[in-house]
Amino acid sequence: MVSVGAAVKEPGSTRKNKTGSWRTFKPILDKEKCIECENCIMFCPEGCINNDYDIDYDYCKGCGICEEECPVKAIKMERE
Amino acid sequence: MVLKVMSANQAIAEAVKLANPNVIPVYPITPQTTISEYLAKFVADGDIKAEYIRVESEHSAISACLGASGTGVRVFTATSSQGLALMHEIIFAAAGLRAPIVMADANRALSAPLSIWNDQQDSISERDSGWMQIYAENGQEALDSILISYRVSEDKKVLLPSMVCIDGFILTHTVEPVDVPGKEDVDKFLPLYKPDHAYLDPKRPMSIGTFTDPNYYMEARHDMEVALEGAKKVITKANSEFAEIFGRKYDFVEKYRSDDADIILVAMGSICSSIKDVVDELRDKGEKVGLVRVRVFRPFPTDEIYEAIKGASKIGVLDKNVSFSIGGVLHNEIKAKMDVDAYGFIVGLGGRDIKPEHIKEIIEKTKNPTTQSQWIGLNKEDI
Repeated sequence: MVSVGAAVKEPGSTRKNKTGSWRTFKPILDKEKCIECENCIMFCPEGCINNDYDIDYDYCKGCGICEEECPVKAIKMERE
Repeated sequence: MVLKVMSANQAIAEAVKLANPNVIPVYPITPQTTISEYLAKFVADGDIKAEYIRVESEHSAISACLGASGTGVRVFTATSSQGLALMHEIIFAAAGLRAPIVMADANRALSAPLSIWNDQQDSISERDSGWMQIYAENGQEALDSILISYRVSEDKKVLLPSMVCIDGFILTHTVEPVDVPGKEDVDKFLPLYKPDHAYLDPKRPMSIGTFTDPNYYMEARHDMEVALEGAKKVITKANSEFAEIFGRKYDFVEKYRSDDADIILVAMGSICSSIKDVVDELRDKGEKVGLVRVRVFRPFPTDEIYEAIKGASKIGVLDKNVSFSIGGVLHNEIKAKMDVDAYGFIVGLGGRDIKPEHIKEIIEKTKNPTTQSQWIGLNKEDI
């Protein structure tokens, strides 16, 4: 629901805006292949991959940088 | 009632004094300049308790208005032509942020060629912004329209900005008797502005002017459409309360000897005074002609215009503006919304005089139409 003038009246409510809806391609991580090098964690511009290598699809916009940076090709981008 | 002789620019400044906005950012531009001068004097003399901001451009003027309005206070600005065009970006933002700003526009042609003289292209070009627009016929109406605009803009059901348009020089620089109402009566009609929808207050933090993704934008714009359509009821109520307190009755359209007219002209602004004289002259000769003056242009009063013109066999619409390759905007909007036999006439661009003989020519060409839209008053030897 948009308030009058699209004012945001709740501080810190940005997280409610699930920007994952922008995504066209979805990164799928094969944890069997993963060597836990942390490249994807460090390169993800949205901070969407945690230390257990779980991807937060609520906010992942599908940029594909993780796939590009994975040295063992454990991440594949799949069309939504 | 005490009538004072003044220009429409002074009448608008007097109205602003009565409405007492808290912030007035203005940049002077011909033919609006004397509005900014009167307001500067009123503030310097302590007649208006306001912050008068001497901004460096019109873009800054409307930006300062929007910022000030965002803190929850009443604001005012005025501009013209190139200044309004420079404001264009923030004009849309002000409507989208639902800031009830009231602005006066001294109607003047847009460059190029550069012209300081009157037509209505400047404000007509902002018609899609979400602002309400009133076109005044004289100084009294200019004053009254400022008060009505604050009342309607600040209504919780509306919350959209308003533009009061007065023809440059024809109204801004000619004087006529104007009744400046008393402060007590104005306070009855226009109470203090108490915002509650969105304003910056550290005790109630919020973000204004945020980025929206495709999940939100369309709803926000649809809300504006609903609000502008809903403004019609609020305008009607404001008009009737205004008439009760001040004795002057305004409507969306003004009908002048049009009830039984066979030919009706439709126009906006000061030219309507000349048309009324021509209508009187032709009525004396037994011709059934009349005028319907469109006063409120946004929200567009489709029903009110249609009711006023549907009885005529032919309609002539005068536009002091042109949307190139399609014709006058008012003519096209009437044609788009109503099943009437209406013909368009582009007149008075860049201050070209519209004389009684031109109005008679338009009436003749409405009676015997040869084309949907044509320009009247061109210097034949030049084309």
